[in-house]
Amino acid sequence: MILTREVCGSMVQRGLAAMGRTVFIIVIALLSAPLILFRRDIRADFSRQMYVVGIGTLPVSTVVALFTGMILSLQLGIAFRQLSQELMVASTLAYAMLREMGPFMMGIILASCVGSSMAAQLGAMKINEEITALEMMSVNPVRYLVTARMWAMLIMAPLISFYTCVIAFMGGALVAYTQLDVPFLQFMQGVIDASQTKDLWVGLIKATFFGVMICGISCNVGFGTSNGAVGVGASTRRAVIYSFLAILIGGYFVTRCCYAL
Amino acid sequence: MPSKEASPVLEFLDVSKVFGRHRVIDHQTFTVHAGEIFVIIGPSGTGKSVSLKLASGQLMPTEGDVRVLGTSLVDASTKTLEALRQRMGYLFQSGALLGWKTLRENVALPLEVRGKMKPKAIAEAVTKALEDVGLGAAGDRYPAEVSGGMVKRAAFARAIVEHPELLFFDEPTSGLDPVMARTIDDLITQINQKYGAACVVVTHDLAGALRYAHRIAFLKEGRFLEVSTPQAILSSQQPDIQAFLAAQSMEAKYVTST
Repeated sequence: MILTREVCGSMVQRGLAAMGRTVFIIVIALLSAPLILFRRDIRADFSRQMYVVGIGTLPVSTVVALFTGMILSLQLGIAFRQLSQELMVASTLAYAMLREMGPFMMGIILASCVGSSMAAQLGAMKINEEITALEMMSVNPVRYLVTARMWAMLIMAPLISFYTCVIAFMGGALVAYTQLDVPFLQFMQGVIDASQTKDLWVGLIKATFFGVMICGISCNVGFGTSNGAVGVGASTRRAVIYSFLAILIGGYFVTRCCYAL
Repeated sequence: MPSKEASPVLEFLDVSKVFGRHRVIDHQTFTVHAGEIFVIIGPSGTGKSVSLKLASGQLMPTEGDVRVLGTSLVDASTKTLEALRQRMGYLFQSGALLGWKTLRENVALPLEVRGKMKPKAIAEAVTKALEDVGLGAAGDRYPAEVSGGMVKRAAFARAIVEHPELLFFDEPTSGLDPVMARTIDDLITQINQKYGAACVVVTHDLAGALRYAHRIAFLKEGRFLEVSTPQAILSSQQPDIQAFLAAQSMEAKYVTST
């Protein structure tokens, strides 16, 4: 395909339209929060989604966080040992995990485990005319299907991010104790001393932002599914790719806003 | 058959629908009256389903106007469309039931969303709708646990639970065995007689259509070749209709002989 001005213009236009739809979905779903309180079926869906987003991703979150903490601790330990500053591993790990790695890893896990599943589920519903059926019953599909998912993501994402950080510290402490001869409690004290309240809050805000973005993007992609089973597969792939991009690009801007140079 | 004085519930006024360069519906004009069963029949890819989507407001015409229950769908606001859809029922080809809800919960969904009825009244209405379609005992099962025919009947119950004035059926018997197809055909007649709802049915099952239709419209390449009673369609001299009748007749004979 030759990248003419028209083709580029069309791509930009489609990208902006998709972003607009995503923002629209996010706003509608967030404003529809009272449905969770007052509608029994939405409340049940909310509980189900909380389980899927939270409990469902715990095993993979635990393994990823533990080994990330261990790898970082090992790599940092090699460098700091040369300077005889092994205890610095704890503060550096705290700094990296709370500010960036915790929310980032949580985002990657949620995009691949939950976002892909949301896009596939809504895509299959679109293909099977279930979304159209809802519209024909005058049921707003965004309010009915996305509200519970969005709020589950919004609540669980920061919790998972915090959990990821804690497990990563455990992994880091394990490596520090076994290979760098840093006592467990001393390592943890180093983490606590290095952790600033602002870092924690920025990390949690970032995680919440990522969770909302992943849900909005995945649901928008799911609603736009066409072309049968092939389309569902394509939507799943697109949801993961767009979510990763949003995590990276959005992550930079949130960091830029919170830590101005 | 309802009298011609019955109020029109669906009007196509010189409607065309164009996708890209392909004109799927070509200057269609027809009226469906209250209480009437109007069947659109024809070969695949002639615009039957598009006609139904235009009639239900899922698509907007490129040219002309579609009027449902006296209201124009062209330029209708979302609120108007939603209000109109509460007076319509739609049976999808696949049934389109929500997989994580039981048949009973699926049927109850439109009533729960309105929020106008108390839980007890909703339960009674759902039970009645399920009984109307012969699914009184299967309400607590999930769509994946029942046959395709039961899914269609549950979707039928969902479509009629609010007693709509206008019902749309998209290929209601496709993928069903002949006995179940006959059951669905009979249900269309029963519901039409019981509730007086106008029914617009899109199908390629001529034998079924002849049993329940008040009028049949034969569609080819986006145009109606003929709109008349089942008897008139059977004796039509239109070559395309004759070919369609002959093909279905041959199919029936082959099935009978084997």
